[in-house]
Amino acid sequence: MTETRADTTSITDRIESVAAEGVVGVAFLGSTPVFVLGEEALLFAGPDGAVRLPVHAGAILSVAGDGKRIVTGGDDGQVVVTDANGASATVAVDDKRRWIDHVALGPDGAIAWSAGKTAYVRTGKNELRQREMPSTPAGLAFMPKGFRLAIAHYNGISLWFPNLPAEPERLAWKGSHLGVTVSRDGRFVVTTMQEPVLHGWRLADGKDMRMSGYSAQVRSFGWTADGAFLATAGSEQLILWPFSSKDGPMGKQPRLLAPAAARAVVVACHPEQPVVAVGFADGMVLLVRVEDGAEILARRPSGGEITALGWSGDGTILAFGAEDGESGFLRL
Amino acid sequence: MSDQTSPASAFSDKIPVTVLTGYLGAGKTTLLNRILTEPHGQKFAVIVNEFGEIGIDNDLVVNADEEVFEMNNGCICCTVRGDLVRIIAGLLRRRNKFDAIIVETTGLADPAPVAQTFFMDETVGAKARLDAVVTVADAKWLKDRLRDAPEAKNQIAFADVILLNKIDLVSDEELREVEARIRAINPYAKLHRTERSGVAIADVLGRNAFDLDRILEIEPQFLAEDEHHHDHDGHDHHHGDHEHHHHHDHDGGLKHYHDEDMQSVSLKTDRPLNPDRFFPWVQELVAKEGPNILRSKGILAFKDDPQRFVFQGVHMILDGDHQRDWKPDEKRESRIVFIGRNLPEDLIRQGFESCVA
Repeated sequence: MTETRADTTSITDRIESVAAEGVVGVAFLGSTPVFVLGEEALLFAGPDGAVRLPVHAGAILSVAGDGKRIVTGGDDGQVVVTDANGASATVAVDDKRRWIDHVALGPDGAIAWSAGKTAYVRTGKNELRQREMPSTPAGLAFMPKGFRLAIAHYNGISLWFPNLPAEPERLAWKGSHLGVTVSRDGRFVVTTMQEPVLHGWRLADGKDMRMSGYSAQVRSFGWTADGAFLATAGSEQLILWPFSSKDGPMGKQPRLLAPAAARAVVVACHPEQPVVAVGFADGMVLLVRVEDGAEILARRPSGGEITALGWSGDGTILAFGAEDGESGFLRL
Repeated sequence: MSDQTSPASAFSDKIPVTVLTGYLGAGKTTLLNRILTEPHGQKFAVIVNEFGEIGIDNDLVVNADEEVFEMNNGCICCTVRGDLVRIIAGLLRRRNKFDAIIVETTGLADPAPVAQTFFMDETVGAKARLDAVVTVADAKWLKDRLRDAPEAKNQIAFADVILLNKIDLVSDEELREVEARIRAINPYAKLHRTERSGVAIADVLGRNAFDLDRILEIEPQFLAEDEHHHDHDGHDHHHGDHEHHHHHDHDGGLKHYHDEDMQSVSLKTDRPLNPDRFFPWVQELVAKEGPNILRSKGILAFKDDPQRFVFQGVHMILDGDHQRDWKPDEKRESRIVFIGRNLPEDLIRQGFESCVA
């Protein structure tokens, strides 16, 4: 079945194409879309065309951006920060040249990364902290309050205050936890798992919650601008779990929007509006309004999977990476 | 397992992964370095265990820490190698830098989680495929290890290819004995006698041992292999399968051993099977005996079905498909093999018999 979305409002004519293959992430530096390639380089889609900036001597395994800087981790054992001027600096080199599997950006210029079983934080004051985890970290996320890092690993997560000597708090749940995210109000932590489910904890009392029903592993999730929903890929539609009440999604049904022929593989929430960009396995990109499920077609299905999606900080530009190399961005 | 037909073409686009196992000191690293240095023009990404001491001569070497993760699906034998999921995903970002992946495990590693990773993890399964499990065994010490090290026995039972290495250090008599012990556990692997892990690359790489399309026959592999050394793949070399049995009669020929806890159970029938009986039976069997069944393989002739159905499995995971039409001159015979620990052979036989249409 081919997706036509013939009656859907389309803004596909606004696409500015960028030839970029193997895009593993998109981030913005100011209003410049930056395509993070699987190998070696960042591709700046500036006003004078795309500029390639080599940052690693090998694969780029992890990326995070906050609009002002992009941090990348490579299989060269390096953590590299790049700013809007295209200036790159190596923040750290792993002493055993291990892969930098994950990176995260925190408050006051802090950067977190993981290599092997060790989680590292370089604070805004340029102090290095490190902590061994029970198994290899599979996801990192700074918490919105306090200087604290959530680390996903096998059989649970660790919540670590890098500036305190105390052992990280462990929240246990059997199985392999991959990505991790913290709700905007800091009340919930949610992980994606090896199985097609999400697991969540309410931090106040450690209560577990399980979010299931996916047709595939959930490889992308994010919070809507108002923090009311967790938008997730991993099914042939957009799945939104409600988190605004005290109990979060416990005992509630998720909102199911944008049913499609192909599987949703990437989601990116608009930074200001209750709108989610959804990238599908067939190359389609839809903008979906959370309130009523209204859709706008941003990219037609092309065959190649959407590999990355990202919004500019002001929400006026959406950039996407596509497996077929027909990447690009749109101004809204 | 589904009985739908799917094109096998996707198989060849995936990056092949060869797993090297073997007990400590058997010669895995020697084999690995041999593969890497031969002038075959192929580029490899190599995943080695972090305790390896011998240097690996290759551009792309990644250290693995052998993290075995249980899946939350109520099946205790459904384990994956978390480190492989991570490493293969990372390597695939440099897809154009290599042609194949070789995974060297520690001597104590269980091959099952490695194999299951390719079936259980979507990303790995979509981009990479398990080519074969190659086990290197020390001709002098293997029989002791089979006694005292369950890992060594697992590695033999699991293997698609076995290198019986260091044969220069044992007498002919010892060699025959250790081969017989291997065959008591796994009569189906390709066995090569080697010194210093010397073997033709084509005998260990590009085996397609997990490719359903390559399940052509299920015949025990007797000891004629070193004479047939250059007959790769051997599909067509076995119509003379009866001649192999002659070795039994030779003076000092194949000894028969029965391993106390690991065996293979081989079943066959020339009566067509009823798929509505067979699938529930085999699924229940692996659900119940999955932890004990290391490998399974089958070629099936269903009633009124013009096509061969083939399957293979690792513990509880079964993968099956229609393969091709039965050829007019082909004997429509169903054959299944299970290799495992303490298998209830009589029950399995009865169950299989009850699947006859």
